[in-house]
Amino acid sequence: MPSLFAGSVALAGLAVVMAGALGALTVTALTSPGAGGELWDDYLWRVLRFTLWQAGLSAVLSVGLAIPVARAIARRQVFPGRGLLLRLFALPLALPALVVVLGVVDVWGRHGWISVGLGALGVSDGMPNIYGLTGILLAHVFFNLPLAARLMIMHLERIPGESWRLSSQLGMKSGAIFRFIEWPVLRAGLPGIAGLIFMLCIASFTVVLTLGGGPAATTIEVAIYQALRFDFDPGRAVILALVQLGVTALLIAIGMRLTMPTVATPSLNRAVARPDCAGLGGRIGDGAVIASAAIFIILPLVALTVSALTAPFRKLLDEAIVWQAVLTSLSIGAAAAVLCIALAWSLLIAAHAAKRSNGKAWWHTGFVMACESGGSLILVMPPILLGAGWFVLLRGVGEGFALAPAVVVTINGLMALPYTLRILGPAHANAAGAHDRLCESLGMSGWNRWRLADWPVLRPAFGVAFAFAMALSLGDLGAVALFGSEDLTTLPLLILQRMGSYRTTDAAGLALMLAVFCLLLILAAERATAKPEGRR
Amino acid sequence: MRNLIAVIAMFLAFAGTAKAAETLNVYTYESFVTDWGPGPAIKKSFEAECGCTLNWVGIQDGVAILNRLKLEGASAKADIVLGLDTNLIAEAKATNLFAGHGTDTSKLTLPIDWKDDIFVPYDFAHFAVIYNTEKVANPPASLKELVEGDPGQKIVLQDPRTSTPGLGFLLWMKSVYGDKAGEAWARLRPRVLTVTPGWSEAYGLFTKGEAEMVLSYTTSPAYHRIAEKSEKYAAASFAEGHYLQVEVAAMLKATPNEALARRFLAFMTGPGFQDHIPTNNWMFPAGALSKPLPDEFGRLVKPSKTLLYSPEIVAENRRAWVGEWLESMSK
Amino acid sequence: MTDAAIELSDVRFRYEDMDMRFDLTVGPGDFLAIIGPSGSGKTTLLNLIAGFEPPLSGSIRLGGLDVTALPPSMRPVTMVFQEHNLFAHLDVKTNVGLGISPALKLTAADRERIATALNRVGLTGFERRLPGQLSGGERQRVAIARALVRDKPVLLLDEPFAALGPALRREMLDLVREIHREKAMTVLVVSHQPDDARYAASRTAFVHQGRILTVKQTEALFATTDIPELTKYLVV
Repeated sequence: MPSLFAGSVALAGLAVVMAGALGALTVTALTSPGAGGELWDDYLWRVLRFTLWQAGLSAVLSVGLAIPVARAIARRQVFPGRGLLLRLFALPLALPALVVVLGVVDVWGRHGWISVGLGALGVSDGMPNIYGLTGILLAHVFFNLPLAARLMIMHLERIPGESWRLSSQLGMKSGAIFRFIEWPVLRAGLPGIAGLIFMLCIASFTVVLTLGGGPAATTIEVAIYQALRFDFDPGRAVILALVQLGVTALLIAIGMRLTMPTVATPSLNRAVARPDCAGLGGRIGDGAVIASAAIFIILPLVALTVSALTAPFRKLLDEAIVWQAVLTSLSIGAAAAVLCIALAWSLLIAAHAAKRSNGKAWWHTGFVMACESGGSLILVMPPILLGAGWFVLLRGVGEGFALAPAVVVTINGLMALPYTLRILGPAHANAAGAHDRLCESLGMSGWNRWRLADWPVLRPAFGVAFAFAMALSLGDLGAVALFGSEDLTTLPLLILQRMGSYRTTDAAGLALMLAVFCLLLILAAERATAKPEGRR
Repeated sequence: MRNLIAVIAMFLAFAGTAKAAETLNVYTYESFVTDWGPGPAIKKSFEAECGCTLNWVGIQDGVAILNRLKLEGASAKADIVLGLDTNLIAEAKATNLFAGHGTDTSKLTLPIDWKDDIFVPYDFAHFAVIYNTEKVANPPASLKELVEGDPGQKIVLQDPRTSTPGLGFLLWMKSVYGDKAGEAWARLRPRVLTVTPGWSEAYGLFTKGEAEMVLSYTTSPAYHRIAEKSEKYAAASFAEGHYLQVEVAAMLKATPNEALARRFLAFMTGPGFQDHIPTNNWMFPAGALSKPLPDEFGRLVKPSKTLLYSPEIVAENRRAWVGEWLESMSK
Repeated sequence: MTDAAIELSDVRFRYEDMDMRFDLTVGPGDFLAIIGPSGSGKTTLLNLIAGFEPPLSGSIRLGGLDVTALPPSMRPVTMVFQEHNLFAHLDVKTNVGLGISPALKLTAADRERIATALNRVGLTGFERRLPGQLSGGERQRVAIARALVRDKPVLLLDEPFAALGPALRREMLDLVREIHREKAMTVLVVSHQPDDARYAASRTAFVHQGRILTVKQTEALFATTDIPELTKYLVV
């Protein structure tokens, strides 16, 4: 079956990228004397505990807070700025962590806007110290709440019109609607969304160290980084990475067991007025929730803009290197996004085909699980390790670093895979439910099926997935930083370079440019893929 | 897509030039070769003198350069490595990849005597606590005052596990407090706003106004004075002395261009190279300049005493000392 | 077009807790109705013939050819479902056109055939409508038009008119009967309306708990009294 083949190729690619890096470093470790020292000690136990604790808390908080936000936004199909808000929701993940951290500090920091505002009101001790777990959670929620809300809204919008008609006929109130209509749909997606956020926070590095207040806040990612830098102990780095991968995979597998299978309920006409939109109280409540979320997300972005106001834009726009970086970023981003979507689609159709073929063998369930969540594990693979591993592998292959752009594109594309899987997944499930038998009876498969049946229906989902994948790759540093040299300068790398040499206003200006580029890209991608006769 | 192809083509072109004869490949850290760094001007002046091509290969930072060499071993494409610091010398020597420099280092303008016959220094600076003059009226006059001072005034430090200044400050504390360093760290802890992974994060938080002080270099105020015409930031002079960072370069044994590499190391200590260090790399030059240092450099803090451990002692004790720091800072 | 007999011998299938086992022979050009309580396996029977479900064991022959291992599109079968017969985003003529070429590569002659088929089901003038703009009956007519252009000897209908009113259902059954006669197709129609079977089918099968309990001339089946399950089904 072609779809199984496509999925197997995608899985094999993923495995090669991860195992290649791990294997190469293992060989390096075996052939060079290690730095010695105990492999596992109290320190690492503490680090592991803290890593899981902060990631778990971050995931629970982000998801918990995102539920009311997603409900309110899904309920209010029309309000001024709705479209813009949803697009801004994609922005935090697209920006380099350091830029976001500085924006969060501008707002919530010791001398941030809120603290200064409270001080002006005479409340001097109102602001808790954010340096510590508080700050880590704050930044992680800032990154992930919008992501969670966005994904949940996609789930909520799949609720068929019939359910809304039924609920209004039965006179359901908001509570009953949540319990009987929204929650079942959300619950199907929650383990996936929470798992994604959990993994993102496991691999958190800059946020945890910068806002953590001290080395008590250390993640395994930091230990891996440490092992590969000053200690230069690839063996230890590989073992730590395997621990991180193993623990995460185990927890995700447990999470998957809790996942309810999604029941596809396709509907010809989905534009149905929701019964729970009327009423002043509800309107005020939703307004308050949406406004709070909007303020929470927008304030740090405003801070980013304010600090960029004094940036010498004229000078920046005159610099050839800036435009070169923009072009490099866009090329890498676009190529990575295309690769990412192709992989995500292959994995989805393969998992679907495998499920439909009804096998019960362990390798069969294993294949489905690998397709559905294996792609996500790349998130907890430290970029420094991927970079170092592939450096070792490619060192012998090509002259110089001719393959570097390809490696960077591949790694970026893979890193975005978990997001696109979650964006395309529900949409694919819907389309599959509606199209499977029909396409099979008509002999539509592969390219024909994609072109004629799936793509027209899934265009908006593909658009969102593409925009996310591209924005993520634009903002990514991990892969680029290791292979980068002046020949492969991306916009985020340029930002960090300027920050690393006192040029903070340049950096702020470039960060704003990056944010604007991301936003424009998201707009363009969504516009280009909007349904031709779009209802909204 | 076409842009990507252009990028790839650029890479291939780069790989091609790297092979050409009479080309000197130099691994260095990225900020050295940025448009505003000293790299471009030095390339010009060296190429004018040698009639060869100087090819900078920018790598993240000094630690990354050394690690790249360890990964590449003898197959490294570099003739010269420029940008390691004193703390990395022992580990670099252990790789056995470097050749003796044969350069006269007796005329160097370093605060210490230089005896190493493999590594040649090209610039230096002392670590220093930089403070915001608008917020700190009485800056600490010693490390002791910093450690014991008002916890309401915060400092941002870097993590010695991941960053060079972080390791520098750890060694500074150790060289002043010795066996009592653990207690000193515990004492300092309430003043530490946070410990960042690198210099950029710390300095970013500091210039945002989140903390009154930050660990950086004695030369940092020179940047603000010269480039920004601002007197807002100053370095605190500490009575116990300041820990020194010396940046060094060396040539690789495996270089096919031995003569050219030696010539570059000699060139490095002269004005053709050194002139571009102060206001491009924002460090003190280790050799003679063709013109006097800018006035602002004269106004910088001059440490009464220079503190420095030998590379061997650092290599031997780093793990234990970082462990001690972890222990007292994470309770 | 050749006539096609349908033979299922010892076809086993398992759906959740129900073991199913089907033996069935339908002569070429027959019009067979399949009735039975809901959940008895009527749709599964059609799915097995169409190839949407793989049997655990046994063989399925269509027109003498063993198709057990063939994918749905390789079988000489057209199936019309109760719902979702059409791509909601494609207009009527495109939906029909996909029955000729799944890549939608259509010649002028193909277009002619599409127009003829739409005319045959009374939908001339509806070519550019989207399924959402059609009534339920009209949507099923489009599906039948596609079955016409596909021109396969076996036509399976899975409660195709369940959502339609009695008069409309009769009209649709008439249409299917006419096509059956014209094209000499083998037609299987699943229905939960015994009246449909009486009206249109020459023979009728009764399915109960995954087994075909009896297949007879329609009138004879409705007169049967010695199968308690059938009696119960027809009475209640």
